[in-house]
Amino acid sequence: MALSRRLVIFGGVAAAGGLAVGYALLPWSTLDRAKRLIAKPGTTPLSAWVRIGTDNTVTVFVPHSEIGQGVHTSLPMMCAEELDADWSLVGMEQAPPDMAFANGAMALEYLRGDTSIPSFLLGTAVFGTRKIAEYMNLQTTGGSMSVRTTGVRGMRVAGAAARAMLIKAAAAAWGVPESEIVAKQSRLSHASGKSATYGEMAAAAAAFDPPIDPPLKAKKDYTIVGKPLPRFDIPAKCDGTAVYGLDLRLPGMSHAAIAACPVFGGTLVSVNEAPAMAMRGVKKVVKLPAAVAVVADNTWRAKEALAALSPVWNEGANAAHTQASIFAGMEKALDKGDLTEDNATGDVDAALKSAKGVIEASYRVPYLAHATMEVMNCTAHFEGDKLTVWGGFQGGLDARARAAKFAGLPMENVTLKYTTIGGGFGRRLPDYYDYIDKAIAVARQVEGPVQVVFMREEDMTQDFYRHASVARMKGALDDKGHVTAWLHTFTEKHDPPEAVYVNYDFANRASRYASGTNPIPWGAWRSVDHTQQGFFIESFMDELAHAAGQDPFEFRRAHLAGAPRHKAVLEAVAEMSGWATPPAAGRARGIAMREAFATVVAQVAEVSIQDGALRVHKLWTASDPGEVVNPATFTAQMEGGAIYGLTAALYGEIAIDKGRVVQQNFTDYEMVRMADAPEQHVRIIESGARTGGAGEPGTAPVAAAVCNAIFALTGQRIRELPLKNFDLTTGKKLTAA
Amino acid sequence: MITLNVNGVPHDVDVEEAMPLLWVLRDVLNMTGTKYGCGISACGACTVLIDGVAVRTCVVPVKNAVGRAITTIEGLKQGDTLHKVQQAWIAEQVPQCGYCQSGQIMAAVALLTEKPQPTDDDIDAAMTNVCRCGAYTQIRAAIHAAAKA
Repeated sequence: MALSRRLVIFGGVAAAGGLAVGYALLPWSTLDRAKRLIAKPGTTPLSAWVRIGTDNTVTVFVPHSEIGQGVHTSLPMMCAEELDADWSLVGMEQAPPDMAFANGAMALEYLRGDTSIPSFLLGTAVFGTRKIAEYMNLQTTGGSMSVRTTGVRGMRVAGAAARAMLIKAAAAAWGVPESEIVAKQSRLSHASGKSATYGEMAAAAAAFDPPIDPPLKAKKDYTIVGKPLPRFDIPAKCDGTAVYGLDLRLPGMSHAAIAACPVFGGTLVSVNEAPAMAMRGVKKVVKLPAAVAVVADNTWRAKEALAALSPVWNEGANAAHTQASIFAGMEKALDKGDLTEDNATGDVDAALKSAKGVIEASYRVPYLAHATMEVMNCTAHFEGDKLTVWGGFQGGLDARARAAKFAGLPMENVTLKYTTIGGGFGRRLPDYYDYIDKAIAVARQVEGPVQVVFMREEDMTQDFYRHASVARMKGALDDKGHVTAWLHTFTEKHDPPEAVYVNYDFANRASRYASGTNPIPWGAWRSVDHTQQGFFIESFMDELAHAAGQDPFEFRRAHLAGAPRHKAVLEAVAEMSGWATPPAAGRARGIAMREAFATVVAQVAEVSIQDGALRVHKLWTASDPGEVVNPATFTAQMEGGAIYGLTAALYGEIAIDKGRVVQQNFTDYEMVRMADAPEQHVRIIESGARTGGAGEPGTAPVAAAVCNAIFALTGQRIRELPLKNFDLTTGKKLTAA
Repeated sequence: MITLNVNGVPHDVDVEEAMPLLWVLRDVLNMTGTKYGCGISACGACTVLIDGVAVRTCVVPVKNAVGRAITTIEGLKQGDTLHKVQQAWIAEQVPQCGYCQSGQIMAAVALLTEKPQPTDDDIDAAMTNVCRCGAYTQIRAAIHAAAKA
């Protein structure tokens, strides 16, 4: 523990020995560098993360991106809590995209072997001493990790260390023991009547070393953490002053619209520039190896001129893919049986063989686009061998590194500037920085800064999609209705590794998967593999409950003997939703539960079908993240996460035809809107378990909860999403995939 | 030259008549509070008020806005005082990523002008803008709060 805290306080520099061997290889001195970067007249940095002004204001430096999850407020809350700061004096800044602010806390979690860290956060790093330095370059915001890594291991310790330094300074100045100093509400005081603000003592405090292992507060002493405090980022999002990437306006800036070859992997053969160049405001047609862009004096002219072009593409081998051929490939991969086994216990094959009856079901889910409200965009500007890049990224340092690599420049030559971010959901994670590459490629050929934008159709058809997947489930029951075998076979395991795990006490279970079944670009999408696995696992669990003739809640509960935390969450959602009391006539409820990103979430959906149309009236969520920092933010994340998952369940479908994406815009990739949105009720349970995530867990169970409710209502088991493709009363499919 | 009245101020712009009002606001007048989301009137991120009515500007040719009162998110404040809908949005902590919220706020202002005490059904019918973050509970609560303010 001491090591981890020291790591964080010093921003990555650690003492020798143990795990620190890897860090000791780091070629930079981070604390001094960090302090220089956040230095400002009239202030004193007390570590890389906390700066105190002579006016007694506290600035907390947050190394994560605000994508609507509230992290620019929740992390300062954790720091201010331990600092005993007056919250009204606390502000924040995003930590610079510099190695001095790389995410040591996240690296440490990885070293500890926390399996809930998705591999997309690891970049190209492979575990090993020499590679840790690369890994330390990360400043990534993803995997519902910020609060539980940087917050728990970084911000709390940084606040406590700064407080200890202030106390040491006051004790020295006043000639009294440290133990007699009271630090409260940004003021130091002593029984003798001596008193000073943090701001007055900050310069003296900076002369002391941060303690390696400062004591942290007990939960009962919290005055900031646990309160629904207003978020710092909200006012600017209500009056039009927040500057998103697309809102950036620079002197001499051009606007570019871009179109990549619609078939993934295809290349540009030729394009006649004349139709675009003849149009008003057009400055240049930029040809890239696999895309064409038009640079103009405003976005609309760029977009119109791009539409006037008829690029000739070499579509390549991928043009043969259709959605049917892709699904057929997945089925074939499972038929072939060359599968990787994971999460096995007991002997599932023997248990299935000896079972009286085996229950089997096949499931499938399509590709999904992220469809952030702010489309992908990035602004880049070359000045000689210097490059400046502006935009919204889920990892600033990684974005800077990517820009440097793509531009062929040393990192020092690249300046990265943050904008407000109009949605992330995984699309703006480091593995998916195609929009940075494209902006740089265009900027190379343009004088002055250029803002490169994917118009909505481009954004939807050039994504890294939530991967499609098929699953075959097998289960068996004993005479008492207890599961004796659980075999979960599926295509493509991505992240996080435990998304296929079940918390139920199955004596014989295994998951087996085929890989390499997705021929189009795919990647992390809010809650990642939980989106598919939550639907497969919790739908099939419901099938087993009905096969056992048991109530779906009681059936799950009976399989949670070894998981008291999960049982408590399940019982809470049953109690909230009045599970024991039948719903109104014409309505039915479904239940589902997942552990995702170390948070346990159970949901109950209440549905009806009127004139063939599904209505999700209510959604109850019980959630245990161990401990909650900002309950308002956490609740909003549970609700918003559920809407994201509900949109996928009801409407979400990206289909491939002739190697390209069929859907183009919100008209054929529909979203849940106000009238569709269920009334939501969220209960937070703080069990004190290790802190879990907030951004993604709410997405995981919702599709299964809704489909289980549909089964309760109609007797039809829908095993394929989205639901818009089915007549829910008969269970028949309306359209071919 | 086209003259537009935006937030009570006349602006002369030298643009094509067919250019959508959205892009004139954003790229010519640099009033970027109004957002681009879809370009086909499907999401509502670009909503402004034209003569008090909520309009999706990504499909409105700028010539159609001539001679009308255009109100954008930047024009809702009276002096330093935020509009009651903006105040409610902050009090209810509505935005997550926030990108759609200019459009949501403008749609809510139009709704409350037409129906000062909207029911949930009124809200369902009038508030058709997409919020990808799914902040619908908070949007609904903020509209009810603004109606009471």
